[in-house]
Amino acid sequence: MPLGNLASLRYFLPELAITATILLLVVLHVVGRNRRSPEAAILALVGTGMALWVAWMTPAGEGIGLFEGMVVLDGFAVFFKVLTALATAIVIFMSIDCYELTDRTQAEYYLFLLSVLLGMFLLSSASDIVMLYLALELVSIPSYLLAGYLKGKASSTEASMKYVVYGATASGVMIYGFSLLYGMTGSTQISEIGRVLTLGTAPLPAMLAAVMVTVGFGYKIAAVPFHMWSPDVYEGAPTPVTAFLSVGPKAAGFAVLVRFFYTVFASPDGADGMWKLSSSVDWPFLFAVLSAVTMTVGNLVAINQRNVKRLLAYSSIAHAGYMLMGFVLLTTVGLKAILFYLVVYLFMNLGAFYVVVLVANGSRSEDISYFSGLGSRAPFAAVSLAIFLFALTGIPPFSGFIGKVYLFAEVINRGVYWLALVAALNSVISLYYYARIVKVMFLEDPTQAGDLPLALVPRVMLAILVVPTLLLGIYWEPVIRVTEASVRILTH
Amino acid sequence: MDFINSHILTLMTFLPVAGAAIILMMPSGRDSHVKTIAAVASFLPVLLAVQLWFLYDRTVAGVNVASQFQFVEHYRWIPSINVEYFLGADGISMPMIMLTTIVSFLAVVGSWGIEKQIKGYMALILLLETGMMGVFCALDFFLFYVFWEVMLLPMYFLIGIWGGPRREYAAIKFFLYTLLGSVLMLLVMLALYFNTTNPETGGHTFNMLHYMQQSTHNGWLKGFDIRILLFLGLFIGFAIKVPLFPFHTWLPDAHVEAPTAISVILAGILLKMGTYGLMRISFPMFPDVTKWFVIPMAVLGAINIVYGALCAMAQSDLKKLVAYSSVSHMGFCLLGMAALTPAGMVGASFQMFSHGMITSMLFFLVGVIYDRAHHRDIDGFGGLGAVVPVYTFFITVAFFASLGLPGFSGFVAEAMVFIGSFSAFRTIVMISASGIIIVAAFHLWALQRVFLGPLNPKYAQLEEINSREIFCLAPLALMTLILGVYPMPVLNLMSASLNHLVDVVNMVI
Repeated sequence: MPLGNLASLRYFLPELAITATILLLVVLHVVGRNRRSPEAAILALVGTGMALWVAWMTPAGEGIGLFEGMVVLDGFAVFFKVLTALATAIVIFMSIDCYELTDRTQAEYYLFLLSVLLGMFLLSSASDIVMLYLALELVSIPSYLLAGYLKGKASSTEASMKYVVYGATASGVMIYGFSLLYGMTGSTQISEIGRVLTLGTAPLPAMLAAVMVTVGFGYKIAAVPFHMWSPDVYEGAPTPVTAFLSVGPKAAGFAVLVRFFYTVFASPDGADGMWKLSSSVDWPFLFAVLSAVTMTVGNLVAINQRNVKRLLAYSSIAHAGYMLMGFVLLTTVGLKAILFYLVVYLFMNLGAFYVVVLVANGSRSEDISYFSGLGSRAPFAAVSLAIFLFALTGIPPFSGFIGKVYLFAEVINRGVYWLALVAALNSVISLYYYARIVKVMFLEDPTQAGDLPLALVPRVMLAILVVPTLLLGIYWEPVIRVTEASVRILTH
Repeated sequence: MDFINSHILTLMTFLPVAGAAIILMMPSGRDSHVKTIAAVASFLPVLLAVQLWFLYDRTVAGVNVASQFQFVEHYRWIPSINVEYFLGADGISMPMIMLTTIVSFLAVVGSWGIEKQIKGYMALILLLETGMMGVFCALDFFLFYVFWEVMLLPMYFLIGIWGGPRREYAAIKFFLYTLLGSVLMLLVMLALYFNTTNPETGGHTFNMLHYMQQSTHNGWLKGFDIRILLFLGLFIGFAIKVPLFPFHTWLPDAHVEAPTAISVILAGILLKMGTYGLMRISFPMFPDVTKWFVIPMAVLGAINIVYGALCAMAQSDLKKLVAYSSVSHMGFCLLGMAALTPAGMVGASFQMFSHGMITSMLFFLVGVIYDRAHHRDIDGFGGLGAVVPVYTFFITVAFFASLGLPGFSGFVAEAMVFIGSFSAFRTIVMISASGIIIVAAFHLWALQRVFLGPLNPKYAQLEEINSREIFCLAPLALMTLILGVYPMPVLNLMSASLNHLVDVVNMVI
């Protein structure tokens, strides 16, 4: 039985912590005069840290319905809350010294960032389509503001505009799909919708609804062909925001994608972690094709990019494609692989963007030519970036390789060999453009004079991102256990 | 001492990378210390190899019998997917382990003259040695794959940073080619994982020795068509490394651009990984497909021999000539293995060892003259024999060894390959034998153009080979000579295992 409103509050502490921080940031924005002072960042960091800590400590158990069934608290939700809070905390660190952000009052920036975080928390735990829609908008709308945060920069404004138009269209289509589901089943609870759909009524509207919902979620995870917004947004937005968008909302998008499709259009089949389709809609095949197309397009287009930020944008599209492989298999192990991949992806992708921020702070540009000779100008940053890029390629002994092994393994185990082959060839293609950055850094002479000194904070942050990328490539048992526990609860 | 003996393979594998870590932590500007540490870190494995040599029991086979592996270290690594840290040595890996330690050490010494970023260079070369040792010691497929890939990164940087004019192109070409082969291997590895059961626990396994027990194969791994596909996946991965025609095109580029010591490692050790992989993995895991595939393998071997030799003949760059001669020589390995006879198999393995030494010498020697003349154009020299007699002596020895003159180890290996494979496929062997003549021709022709004839006055003052360079060459030359006259020390090392391997493959119907 879902809990009532008041009884739910004590399971809702992480969200309350974020909300309180957001309110304090509003006050700070009004009161604070000093633009340079880092108090807003510290406040945001404390709030995020508290939310992370409380979310981690919350007893999730077998899954508790909160607020009359609007959201659910289970291990799956907790996993994504911790993941997105961690991403947010790292992005706050990244933002502190970022050259793009320092000439404006900082409080409102962190205000938007934490609003997105709140939205992601709700998105990863929503169990009602109305709540789900609201959470998705709560993620999207502050994201539009963040993307357009650089008022004076045309590309930033363009990014925001594109993002708004595309986002509005996608969510419009999605909510149309929701209305179809409501019309067919008479409920807004996703578990109830799933139960009614198993009765096998009206396959065509169900198909239509599945496709329409896919548009909304596909836009959030930036899967081809719903990815058109992402390169421009990623290029135009401030780099920390780009890093954030490529990890946080993408992870939350995967959370809701999994929860929605595995509840509405599939149901647990037996005890061995298998699922079966609830209706005649063959969405796994649809997503398998999307996955293959997404990774191929992402990788092929990335080859020709000269702007490193844009290159990483396309690479993150490709990575969404890899992760989708785990989604189409209808097994717990496949989901586990996605969760594990998200963990390693968090570190390696944020790490790569972080080095881009550090370089751009000096050069004011993300063009690849400014990376030339970085190996001698800033050895630590360059070696770190090389590690992140090789991890993204999936070369041992780095964490990205293990992530790929888990994804590939389950794809092969379920017999989707063509997809495994496509993904394997994609890894080879991706090496080409990742290695190009490495080549520029180490094999070419510097075009910029002088060293690029790193302050202590960036050094420590980089180390914090590099260590998991190395360590998870050598010993990853604890993390895989966590993901296992987080997924198991979903099957009940 | 007990600790050393029971962890000897781990020590040999990880001592170099420990040296690399020390080097990276040193303050910059201490170049001579860096070199010393690198030399020590790569010499300790040589000492351990000597220890290994004396402790190794030559009477047991290994191959697919877990209890007969020696110096075994077996620990659980990632229990949830049954990845194990599993090292061991048998007659297939022993010669390669020996070769790796020796060639790596000599390559480190041979790199003494490097001036650009010596810290990074030495650290990478030591990391490379760890990767190579790991490949030859690993008995867990996952571990094997990790080591196999770990090698790519240092190799990429070593060619890319310290290489010749077209180094960037050569480095990425090498990287992409090898990665393509590796991802195919990864897919095959995962397919094997899900279709085999560990007889002891009933779970899936990455243990290579379990894969070799055909009784552990289940599900669709029993279907012959699928087995052919998996075999081909592995074969392409290994063929790229060997490199077999038509996957060989990365090799001349990589060799020509790589710095001398890296060419030595590349030709001396890395190429052998392809043939080692076939012996260690493909043959015992898929004996039925191996038998089905012997003719194509022999044909590919013959193409390598003849085509590689013809290509070498056409080269005007001395280093490219040596690179193509490697292509030709590696063809012998494949031909010998494909015959599935004891003599052929032992010949192939001995060729791997012998070619590792000979080609290392050749690349060192090419490096010596390039350091002095700054070009490698064969027609740009002439009459050097009168100016640098010691150098000419060494290169003559190396060339004669390479062309298979009796008295050198190359002859023994090639003779065994031909003896072993003649009964199996006569026509192919007869075609391959023509390669011998071409090989001899291009070696002698090159020798004549560079060292005989009228002296090119430009090089009248050419500097003689120095003692450090002789230090790198002499052990190799000596070993080639000794093994050419009396090959038993190495043959004894491998024959029990290789005979067993032949039996394993021939046993299946």
